[in-house]
Parts: sequence; C-alpha cells; structure tokens
Amino acid sequence: DQVFHIVPETLQQVQHLQHLCSTLLLDFWKPQLPEDISTGEDLHIRVPAHLVQEVKDSLDHHMISYKVLIPDVQQLVDQSMPKERNSHRQVPEGYDYTQYHPMDEIYQWMTQIQKTNSELVTQHYLGKTIENRTMYYLQISQPSDKTKKIIWMDCGIHAREWISPAFCQWFVKEILQNYKSDPKIRRFLQNLDLYVLPVLNIDGYMYSWEKDRLWRKNRSPYMNGTCYGTDLNRNFNSSWGSIGVSYNCTSEIFCGSGPESEPETRAVAQFIEKKKSDILCYLTIHSYGQYILTPYGSTTEPPSNSEELMHVAKKAADALMGKYGTSYEVGSTSLILYSNSGSSRDWAHMIGIPFSYTFELRDNGTHGFLLPSDQIQPTCEETM
Amino acid sequence: AAAMELPPSHGVANRAAALATGYLCYRRGSPGRGLALRCLRRARRQDIDDVGHKYYLELVLEDVLDKDSTVNCTAEVLYHLGNKNIAPDVQFTLEGELKNTEEADNIFYSRIKSLEKELVAENIPDSHGNVPPEMEPVRLLAWVASGYLIWQNSTENTKFQLAQIKRVKQVKRSDEYLEFDYTILLHEMVSQEIIPWQMTVLWHPQHGVQVTQDSRQPKHASQ
Repeated sequence: DQVFHIVPETLQQVQHLQHLCSTLLLDFWKPQLPEDISTGEDLHIRVPAHLVQEVKDSLDHHMISYKVLIPDVQQLVDQSMPKERNSHRQVPEGYDYTQYHPMDEIYQWMTQIQKTNSELVTQHYLGKTIENRTMYYLQISQPSDKTKKIIWMDCGIHAREWISPAFCQWFVKEILQNYKSDPKIRRFLQNLDLYVLPVLNIDGYMYSWEKDRLWRKNRSPYMNGTCYGTDLNRNFNSSWGSIGVSYNCTSEIFCGSGPESEPETRAVAQFIEKKKSDILCYLTIHSYGQYILTPYGSTTEPPSNSEELMHVAKKAADALMGKYGTSYEVGSTSLILYSNSGSSRDWAHMIGIPFSYTFELRDNGTHGFLLPSDQIQPTCEETM
Repeated sequence: AAAMELPPSHGVANRAAALATGYLCYRRGSPGRGLALRCLRRARRQDIDDVGHKYYLELVLEDVLDKDSTVNCTAEVLYHLGNKNIAPDVQFTLEGELKNTEEADNIFYSRIKSLEKELVAENIPDSHGNVPPEMEPVRLLAWVASGYLIWQNSTENTKFQLAQIKRVKQVKRSDEYLEFDYTILLHEMVSQEIIPWQMTVLWHPQHGVQVTQDSRQPKHASQ
C-alpha cells in the first residue's frame, strides 16, 4: 500500500479526486471526508497496493501532480495472483505511459495532450512522410513576450527503437504534470521552449508494428519498388555519403539517393534551419547501448566546443546513474562506436547548434531493441 | 611491438570485449546461466607482425538473470591477420565462482525430456520484450549458443548481439542429450544488419552446450 500526497489546483481536479476516491473507496488520512477536499489544501490518501498503478494512471491522465508520501505502508501479501503485466488495466480513459503504443494511439495522444494543456502545448505541422502521413511536433512554451531559446528533441528516427518514442511521450507527460508543482521545471520553461517530435520515422514505426519488428529505415521505395528504405540518420547533409554508409538500398545503413533525399529528413532539416539561431540544444533519442554521443561520427576531429560538450554530457551521465545505477558511456560516435556520416546530430552541430547529442537508451544488449515494457518507467525516469 | 593502452570507451576494444564475452558465455553457460558484458575496465592492444592484433582485456560480466551478480574476468583476444576464415583465439580467466545452476538445469532438463510433444515456439522475446517465464531457459540456451556464432564470425569490425529467437523446435533424441533447432536473429552493430541464422544446439546438464551445425540465412527479399 502507498500513501499519496496531493495538492489539488483546480475545482476540476478536486471533483476528479472526489470521484476517484469514492469510486475506489480509498482510505482518507487527511482530510477525513471527501467533501473537505479543496484547492490548495493537502490531501493524503492511502491506496491499496493493487490500486496504486490505477490511481497513478488516473492522476497522470488528469495531469494531477502527486508525491508518494509513504511508499510501503503495509505488506499486503497477495498469494493468489501476481499482477499481470500484459493485460490492460481497467482504466477507461487513462493513457498508459508504461506500455508501448502504436502510431494511431500516439496521434490521438498528441491531440489529447494539446487539448488538456492548451495553455502550454501547441501541436504543429512539420511535414509529410514518404507514405504521406503527417508529421507533428509539440511545442511546450510558457506564454511570454520575450523570445526564448529552444531545445529540440526528436524520437523514433529508427523504427525498431521503440523505447525512444516511449521516452518522448513520458518526457512530455512529466513536464506538463509537474510544471505547477516543480519550481525547477517552471524556471526552465520561463527561459526555454521545448519542441518535441515524438515519432520522426512514422512509416517505419508503423511497419515495425505491423510487419517487421526489427525494421530500421523509412519506407521509401527504390529500384522500382523492389527495395525499401533509407536510413534517415545517414541522410542528413553532414559529410553525406562519405563514411559508414552503404549506397545499396538493401543495406540497413543506406544513405539515400542524396543528402536530404527523404521527405522526413527535409521536414526536420528545413524547420531546424529556419530556427537555428534560437536553438540552443539538439537532442535525438535512439536505442540501444547506453551512450550519450557527441559529434562527430564522420571524423575523429573534435568539434570546436568539445570540452564544454563533454562536460555537460558527463554531468548528464552522472545524474542518470544516480537514479538506478545505470551507466552510460560518453564520447564521440567515431571513437566509441564506429564512423558514420549524414547523422542528424552531426548536421545540427555543423549548422551552428552548440549542444547536439545522441542518446542511446537502455539496454546494453541483453534485450537490445526488444526492451520489455516493464523497463519503460525506470529508463524514462533515469533519463529525465 | 609493445602493448598499447586503450581507453575503455574505445570502439574496437569494446568489440573485442563483446567477442570474448560471447566465447566465455558459450563455454560456461547453460539454460540456467547466461552471461553478459557489464563493462570493460581496461584494454590494451598489441600488433604482432605477421600474426595479427591481440587485445588484453579486463571485463566485468553480469548474470543475465540476476544483474547484481557479477564476476571479474581477464581475457585475451587474438584476431588473425589475413585469413578471415579462422575464428579469433580467445583465452580467459574468471576471478571467483559462477553461481551454481545445477538445480535449475536439472529441472529444465527433466521438464523437456518428459514432454510428449516436441517443444515449438516463436518470437522470443515478443515485440514488447516479454518472455513467458517457462521460456526463459529456452531463451538463455539460445543466448549461450549464439556466443559460439559470435565467436566464430566476429572481426575487429563487427559487434554481434542476439536480437531475437524467431523460431525454436525441439528435436527428439534417443540418447541423453536435448536437441533444439533454432532460427535466431543476430544484430550486427556496425552495419546495423539483422542477420537470420539457423543453428542446431545440443545440451546436457553435465556436458554443456554445443552448436553442432549452423548456417547463415539470406535476409528476406527486402520488402
């Protein structure tokens, strides 16, 4: 069992909490009665172990910020049935951030997120994929009259790296849910705008759900439709086609017919080019390997601000390790992994964005691309 | 030439470490014990004229089933110059004992031996990364056997990892061994390729794991 501490902010939240508590018959520690729940006042409720996740989901969905005051009130030993991981819980409208979602659910999620957080979030058109699907990014921006610097983050450039879009969704949820209660996030958003592209390679992602779980590239047809897919992370205009690529469509690292030959690449590149003078940091999220990678892949020559890049990355890796002990290796792709050209991260740095990083999330290879959904939460929490 | 120190984050050193781990896992693994590389502590490299490149490694390995259980290891990997058909030479020394898996191994052995119909399964783990608990030993056996393939097929420019078991079928035998026919998918990190590979795996609790036959499969015609 756990005890939750909640401070409702709006009447809507109060009503939802009253409804939730009476429906689930939760145990009130403070105040004594549901009618006494009010905005700005502490609420402490004991949630039985088997309802903890359901309550968390409901709070998440309604963007109600909470803290776990007591993580283990009483051991309720449930001998009969361990909680099933795979079955969907009885949360009618809740969005489960600890499961992987197909693209149509992610589209719906983006719409919902904007609707329920319209003061902070706007959904924007970025472009179209080769199969003509619409690419959207979310802008998280605190209204203000000053122009703010931008942090851009994209996920899902490689279809099979499912933990990546899962992280983007988690990230958005965390920021929005804790914006009012966490002064660090508030201060962050006072000075910075966040632009998040939850799935860059939409066609590929869908293909990995429907046809081939380990697909990597986009779904661009080549050779009269006998061969498909460009590696979007070899397709950017950063020493394009020079090293660590293949010119053959059958390869997983096929760099395309030319720099920015793919509509997905162009959509991202055109946008970032336009905004580049305001973009402070470019982040691109991948898996697996547990690395924070700095430019460059195409040469071992260090970038001009390499010391600062490494310093920030090392601090990030330390903070990450502080959460669950997961260790991330930090360094340039060409030294740590292999040489490659045409990566989005290299390109972002080359056009002048000072902080440009690739995150390779969990794990180390034991599960690789098939990271179990029960690792979504710890992976996202530590990466936050 | 003398041995040169390499930073532990060094790409090629880590490939040698992955290779050593695969070999070691093959030699010491079982359906109850899979070993994975936790980290590379130290690496040195020596170029030996007319012979090849030798790596001296200090590794930390972890038990796939119990991440907190680790063991230190020193290994030497020699990649032969020229002839790409010879597998690299690997030698290793483990510091300390590995967990005893006799009981778990025997339970699995009896369970499979007593099956009326041969075991058949697909997609382990599934798309969401899940492995049914009763399939975990079957998965680990593939993990251990893939160590053999990794050892036999690696070069300084490749880093292999087992990505998924596409299909596994038990083959009943009249002798005491268990035999499984696996089709697995190997992920090669540098080319990012997913390579289907078929292998015949023999196992007995007292005789360890053996890959008796293997064959690289063609990629499906790229759709």
